[in-house]
Amino acid sequence: MRRDIVLRVAAKFIMAPLILFALYVQFHGDYGPGGGFQAGVIAAAGVILYAIINGLGAAQRLVSMALVERLIPAGVLVYASVGLVSMALGGNFLDYNPLAHDPVHGQEWGVFFVEAGVFLTVFSSMIAIYYAFASRRAS
Amino acid sequence: MSTIDPVFVEAFLSLALMLLVMVLAVAIVRIRGLFAVVVLLGAYSFVMATLFVVLDAVDVAMTEASVGAGISTVLFLGALYLTDVKEATGTARRIAPLFVAAVTAAVLVWGMSDLPDFGSSAQPIHAVGADYLGRTLPDTGIPNVVTAVLASYRGFDTLGETAVVFTAAIGVLVLLRRRSGERS
Repeated sequence: MRRDIVLRVAAKFIMAPLILFALYVQFHGDYGPGGGFQAGVIAAAGVILYAIINGLGAAQRLVSMALVERLIPAGVLVYASVGLVSMALGGNFLDYNPLAHDPVHGQEWGVFFVEAGVFLTVFSSMIAIYYAFASRRAS
Repeated sequence: MSTIDPVFVEAFLSLALMLLVMVLAVAIVRIRGLFAVVVLLGAYSFVMATLFVVLDAVDVAMTEASVGAGISTVLFLGALYLTDVKEATGTARRIAPLFVAAVTAAVLVWGMSDLPDFGSSAQPIHAVGADYLGRTLPDTGIPNVVTAVLASYRGFDTLGETAVVFTAAIGVLVLLRRRSGERS
């Protein structure tokens, strides 16, 4: 597939809008459809497309397996630490109200970090599962 | 010229899409060539996503389209590459599985007759829905109620879901990853 010029050029055109759309879905999730989960899947699809067109080695130079393996638990930790921070500030676990000077701002910060945690875990999980499949040879 | 009733349009679209889903499901079960089955599964997911849009569940539609039609298709193709593209023809008798499937379907249809009517205000979910719709914006400042409920009101559930994704990824990695000492 590496020599197919149509696929290579088409993929190049799709990659950047795909990542941009993932960021839009992530940060616009408060106002429109989407959120961390969908954005993570779309961004992972961008990396997987790159891996399919340019080979696994090229993709792993871009997003290495070691990085992906660290990002999977990092997302859960980011999510859980939002809960711990709100506890430290005097609220309940995952109660975002104390995170900022007024409750509504606190909620917005809380949702932002929680969605970021979801994004990290989903994005890296999808890539890790693809890498695990793609790095095995057919028996 | 009289305008078309939107209720009729929605009902017609839902029926047509469900019919398409049924046709695709039967085709997926009948076809032995697994490459075609993977492509049909992607089509199935896209039709389901469209159905979710008709039902006004845009967030679910987005998830279905990206996960069901996108990532799953790639992973299925990866699995096909590792195994075989032709489904083995089974020699087992078909009476017992057919019986189990028919009984399960009958029980499900029987159970469905007890559900409240689609969209009726008597549904248990609507007992609290109006409350959430009213207080989401003043409470959280987030206009999308789905995001507010997922990330804030039900933040604990979503933490669990993230942990599930984490666990699934770790499980797949442990099962599939080639160890450094293993010969390829």
